[in-house]
Amino acid sequence: MRIGVVTFPGSLDDTDAARAVRYAGAEAVPLWHADRDLRGVDAVILPGGFSYGDYLRCGAIARFSPVMAELVPAAKAGLPVLGICNGFQILCEAHLLPGALTRNAGLRFITRDVPLTVANASTAWTNGYESGQQLLVPLKSGEGAYAAGPATLDELERTGRVVVRYAGAAPNGAARGIAGICDEAGTVVGLMPHPEHAIDPLTGPSADGLGFFTSVVTAFAGARG
Amino acid sequence: MSDKDTVEVAAATPEQPQPFEELGLTKDEYAKIRDILGRRPTAAELALYSVMWSEHCSYKSSKVHLRRLAPNEEQSGQLLAGIGANAGVVDIGQGYAVTFKIESHNHPSFVEPHQGAATGVGGIVRDILAMGARPVAVMDALRFGPADAHDTARVLPGVVSGISFYGNCLGLPNIGGELAFDPCYAGNPLINALCVGVMRHADLQAAVASGPGNKVVLFGSRTGPDGVGGASVLASATFGGDGDGRARAKRPSVQVGDPFLEKLLVECCLELYASGLIEGIQDLGAAGIACATTELAAGGDGGMRVTLDDVPLRDPSLTPAEILMSESQERMMAVVRPDNIEAFLRVCAKWDVEATVIGEVTGDGTLTMTWRGGTVVQIPPRTAADGPVYQRPMARPADLDALQAAAPGGLDRPKDGPALRAAVLALLGSADEADKSWVTAQYDHYVRGNTVLAMPEDGGLLRIDERTQLGIALATDGNGRYCRLDPYQGTQLALSEAYRNVAMTGASPVAVTNCLNFGSPEDPAVMWQLAEAVRGLADACAALGIPVTGGNVSLYNQTGTNAIHPTPVIGVLGVHDDVRRRLAAGFTEDAAQVVLLGETREEFGGSAWAHVTHGHLGGHPPAADLDAERRLADLMSAAAQESLLSSAHDLSTGGLSIALAESCIRGGRGCRVRLPGDPFTDLFSESAARAVVSVTPGREAEFAALCAANEIPATVLGTTGGQTLAVEATFEVSLDELRRVWQGTLPALFS
Repeated sequence: MRIGVVTFPGSLDDTDAARAVRYAGAEAVPLWHADRDLRGVDAVILPGGFSYGDYLRCGAIARFSPVMAELVPAAKAGLPVLGICNGFQILCEAHLLPGALTRNAGLRFITRDVPLTVANASTAWTNGYESGQQLLVPLKSGEGAYAAGPATLDELERTGRVVVRYAGAAPNGAARGIAGICDEAGTVVGLMPHPEHAIDPLTGPSADGLGFFTSVVTAFAGARG
Repeated sequence: MSDKDTVEVAAATPEQPQPFEELGLTKDEYAKIRDILGRRPTAAELALYSVMWSEHCSYKSSKVHLRRLAPNEEQSGQLLAGIGANAGVVDIGQGYAVTFKIESHNHPSFVEPHQGAATGVGGIVRDILAMGARPVAVMDALRFGPADAHDTARVLPGVVSGISFYGNCLGLPNIGGELAFDPCYAGNPLINALCVGVMRHADLQAAVASGPGNKVVLFGSRTGPDGVGGASVLASATFGGDGDGRARAKRPSVQVGDPFLEKLLVECCLELYASGLIEGIQDLGAAGIACATTELAAGGDGGMRVTLDDVPLRDPSLTPAEILMSESQERMMAVVRPDNIEAFLRVCAKWDVEATVIGEVTGDGTLTMTWRGGTVVQIPPRTAADGPVYQRPMARPADLDALQAAAPGGLDRPKDGPALRAAVLALLGSADEADKSWVTAQYDHYVRGNTVLAMPEDGGLLRIDERTQLGIALATDGNGRYCRLDPYQGTQLALSEAYRNVAMTGASPVAVTNCLNFGSPEDPAVMWQLAEAVRGLADACAALGIPVTGGNVSLYNQTGTNAIHPTPVIGVLGVHDDVRRRLAAGFTEDAAQVVLLGETREEFGGSAWAHVTHGHLGGHPPAADLDAERRLADLMSAAAQESLLSSAHDLSTGGLSIALAESCIRGGRGCRVRLPGDPFTDLFSESAARAVVSVTPGREAEFAALCAANEIPATVLGTTGGQTLAVEATFEVSLDELRRVWQGTLPALFS
């Protein structure tokens, strides 16, 4: 399987996302923001970072990148896409996912290993987990509080589109403890915590995050088999 | 008139008064410039010399002492580039080289904490980048006034938010550092930033302009009026002005950082290096274009001709002097062969980095700059780059004898279990010893995915090679109170602690960087402290067999006549052969033997206990024992390789009491210990060359034999387990209470 990792100006965790792809047994394909070309990949990761410095609303400029012009229709047609942190913000700005990410409740950047609960274990990126499974994954963001209108939040919960929640109080004030959500098809997933930083206990708090990457690889192999 | 002050005009108007004193030059220095040039300098030349000969750029007061730090044969074995380069470069094996350096941004951070600290990170990162390395991590050593002082509530959160803003956006993991408080830093906080970079040997870049005909390219941010300190003087009425000098808006003297642009600049430079498109490179930091052009030209074999009209400006009204002095951030200067220019500009365009050819290398040995058709600079570049050297008067501080005589022996000591328990908790909850998460949680230590250890561990540890598991460890340490009592010994203790912290991860220390924070060099007592500190560092490095690879000197850290404590901050780099065998501070398993390594003496001068419980500073600091430090490091490295230990934590301020409490909290596991001697001395002494470890169950005899072989005294204290820190026959504290006391302090002060 070939999984594309997009580098925007200011992307920071692109090398980490690529490493996680390799750990999951797939090939990581670098994608460049300025190219209207997905290079025929089978899935795409929008990594963490500060695209364009995030001097405007986070992700607001990146969504207009040439590569996004290719990605948005492909995602709507079923290409699995995972947005991590800044990638989640970009997916919301691109309206592939509803809602927005706002300043942390404490107004400070937070780096912390946070316990998460898997709420939906049937998406393209979480099918390797059990529903209700607990994960320990780093959170590192200044604008990570998920926000949406009550109707949208009700709809997300009713349709099972909340993918992961903070176990216990959300450290950033996220609405209803939401850490990550998916689109209606369950192929586009966005989350604030960083599963790519939890693939090896040597460099992360656990290897709990690896499941996001093995999920998509396993599902792809199954579909082909 | 200043904008038309050409070389010809200067030669024709020798009597024209010039504001050299406002620019920080002495009468003698000004006379020397006139002597070098054979005429009065132009306004632009005066600006250039004034910044190049400033204390910050020229090290004119410290240079005579810093010569002591030149490495001897044993020390220079692994050095690929040493002091004098932008940063020293060390061979760490497997074809990798590491460059690291620590630098101060003290004064800007006091004036404007957020941007001052942010641009401090940016500046040191460009130093590392200029050597050809990819920057891979940063650390910050921070010192403030009393934690509960009104102004600390302004400075500390601003500094931390600035480091968080810049470092996180730049994508460099922040893997450690220090946070300390003392009244002596109230008006002079110390903001020291360290950056480390990694490259292959072949990637090493040089800061030289050679090859006549080669182009000089300025790339990155545009040049603006920010950070132009003294240059406004040049545009002032007393110097004639150019009509708008008086009307010009006052600009902030602290620069504003753009970490996003710096990230692009990093990736752009690395691609330029990889493509072989650069002959020489220099970052722009203090003194901006003035410094970059003179240093490149002085380092090369010829001269340089620069057209200042071609410098891209944010403000078109800048005078030549202002263009030269501007400290606008995120700029680099490269020397490029003409046939590579097109490819060079293409790489810059890919990364949206503006790049402009502003001049070329010449063979005439002169740095020449033109502006609007006239020649405004024409100097021998080495005369500006080398600067004056002063042998400042020195004198042992008049109060030092009295200070050393006021030994802590007479202080009232806790005598029974409850009193000792209270003293441990008071120390653990003191701002210096308390949990630093309020600060470090604002820094990203995960980015790039190679962080094996980060704060609050003794040293940061990074994986360098995923295949071979080669890694590097880093730690910074300093102790102003020790140095106030004895700068020679105090500096050796700072080095010893950083060295020991690196060793605690299982790494072998290989190189040293330093940031020397002192008061005014015009005070003979301060100069004596500086000289003693450098002498102590030089002697200690020779004893440990590791070189100083570079550093930075920050003087004038004083308010009125009150200088800070002399505060050399020492960074040590270590090499770890296999990061999977790293050691960390927390007790990780039950029923492991807890062993104290090293010798405990009654040493309380400058101790945390004396400071926290009595507000006392006097006597002599603990004795440094470099031979013991070296043997302890050898022991730790061997024990890590053999997997004999399940935890390791060095003893420093607060002694055994703090080390045990931290190992318990960090591992979520208690311990039961029996103290071998006087409980007060055992708990709070700050004797150097010590550590507390827990031994892998079943490997006790092997470890004891290894200690004996390395001649390190090993005292079995007890075993790990339970949920209390229990000191037999003395006191017990639950982990919950330890945690509550340790974690509560900083949030209560700053949230």
